[in-house]
Amino acid sequence: MVYKLVWENLKHRPVRTLLSALAIGLGVTMMLTLVGVGEGMARDQQLRTRGVGADIIIRPAGSSVMSVTAPSINEKLIAWVAEQKHVTLATGVAVQGLGGFNTVHGVDYRSLNQMTGGFTYVEGGAFAEDRQEVIIDDYYAQEKKLRVGSTVKILNKDWLVAGVFRSGKLTRMMLPLKTLQDLTANNGKVSIIYVKLDDPSHTEAVIAELKKTLPDYPIYSMADLVSQFAVNNVPELRMFIRLVAGLSVMFGFLIVFLSMYMAILERTREIGILKALGAGSGYILGILVRETLFLAIFGSLVGISMSYGTRWLISVFIPASFPQAIVYAWWPIATGVTIGGALLGVLYPAMKAARQDALESLSYD
Amino acid sequence: MTDAIIEITGLKKTFRSGDVDVHALRGVDLTVKRGEFLAVIGPSGSGKSTLFHILGGLTPSTDGRIVIDGKDMSHLSDGERTALRKHVVGFVFQKYNLLPTLTVGGNIEIARDIAHRTGPFDEQFLEVLRLLGLDKKLDRKPRQLSGGEQQRVAIARAIVNHPAILLADEPTGNLDTENSNAVLDVLRGLNKKIGQTILMITHNPEAAAFADRIVKMRDGHLE
Repeated sequence: MVYKLVWENLKHRPVRTLLSALAIGLGVTMMLTLVGVGEGMARDQQLRTRGVGADIIIRPAGSSVMSVTAPSINEKLIAWVAEQKHVTLATGVAVQGLGGFNTVHGVDYRSLNQMTGGFTYVEGGAFAEDRQEVIIDDYYAQEKKLRVGSTVKILNKDWLVAGVFRSGKLTRMMLPLKTLQDLTANNGKVSIIYVKLDDPSHTEAVIAELKKTLPDYPIYSMADLVSQFAVNNVPELRMFIRLVAGLSVMFGFLIVFLSMYMAILERTREIGILKALGAGSGYILGILVRETLFLAIFGSLVGISMSYGTRWLISVFIPASFPQAIVYAWWPIATGVTIGGALLGVLYPAMKAARQDALESLSYD
Repeated sequence: MTDAIIEITGLKKTFRSGDVDVHALRGVDLTVKRGEFLAVIGPSGSGKSTLFHILGGLTPSTDGRIVIDGKDMSHLSDGERTALRKHVVGFVFQKYNLLPTLTVGGNIEIARDIAHRTGPFDEQFLEVLRLLGLDKKLDRKPRQLSGGEQQRVAIARAIVNHPAILLADEPTGNLDTENSNAVLDVLRGLNKKIGQTILMITHNPEAAAFADRIVKMRDGHLE
């Protein structure tokens, strides 16, 4: 019967119910979108890293696994690496940060194309080494509305888009290696060396051999590197997610507090009637807590639905910058956080209602 | 076991209104027999509503003794007064006080739910619903009913848990003559057919005439 009363109360004020659920849902959407973008970026990075087709990565001495590193490895090292036992191919790339999460890679197209198994072009083809040309992936092309023949400004220069390749290979923008080295005054240097072996089962043995000669260089298997691309390995993102989760709790708390406070004022007489019928504080609390739980769960479902909306918006407008994944594991977490905030929010109004004097409540008009 | 269902001795109630003490009840003595239909009449401010509220456990008394159905109700805690409202008394108010979001059936069911009663209505109560003319209107919302019908729903709700006493505070105060008479007929019918003890507060002598006995209140005393 209590559930019927709760349901009828929620139906009685449909606008209040929907607005409360929507507002509660915004907190859930915030949380799921942020987690989804973090996870989406990690998965995208994993996909593109795997897409290189390498088995081993060599980074500059003193660099960390996740950082964007200016070219500082002598490119003569590439040839030496290529001669090592079990190595079938080695290619070097120069990485240049463009602000934010954006980077441009200078690549040796021939060797990279061979290592990746070949680029697939949606439009156009490879850049000419002797012209100011760039190739971009389809996500970047969609986000920036670029096509073959368009120009894109990189490092204060206009570049002609020579080809749009299917995403999933190393990065989103690539220039000729030599051109980027010249442009950034890093002649003869690369940021990363990718190494392909005749058989991936030799990976650990080759790494051990390479480390004997290059003890200061971080050298990882690609499998190890890919496993590092996870939200939990980015402390800043983890902290930001916690912050947004905290904000969502506050959000749920404030929305439910205001909504239930108003509802209780509005229903003072109703509470008086229930008390006159013999309802104790627990019964009144039970009604309001159930109503809040329903709002929080309904709001969470709205929020989860809206996270599909944000994913659609992101995929249409900024697919390259923030690819968003749907992280199912966070649905119960976000719902739990929201219910927690909502229950905190109903606490004071519910206690106030439970303590209301029956006689005064019945006199309320 | 005595035949009296309510025994009130020296009942006093003093309110604090601003800096002034208001003596609403100044020593009320009253005995009501089991199955009696008693009307309490008196002008506004005579203390009859205060008596009603104390008997119903909505407010505590300041002094005096109340025994309902053999149980001393004089010094009850809040929780005990809540239990009193749940099991011992049923209320009918002037303003009906139905829950607008629930149907007629829902308004009756919620009173049963509060008293932890489950299962279908018993045969006696189904007969009461027929007597009240509500047996075919259980799915209606209060706004779809006339004032008289709403007051009959309030009566059904008040007696669904078979309380020892039914307290009716100006039950016809918001009704026209026709509906008033219908409600009073129902109250008298309940009293005669199922032996329901009823205390009705009214300032209307015509309504009071439906009762077995009339007592008058003035200035916090029974005359």
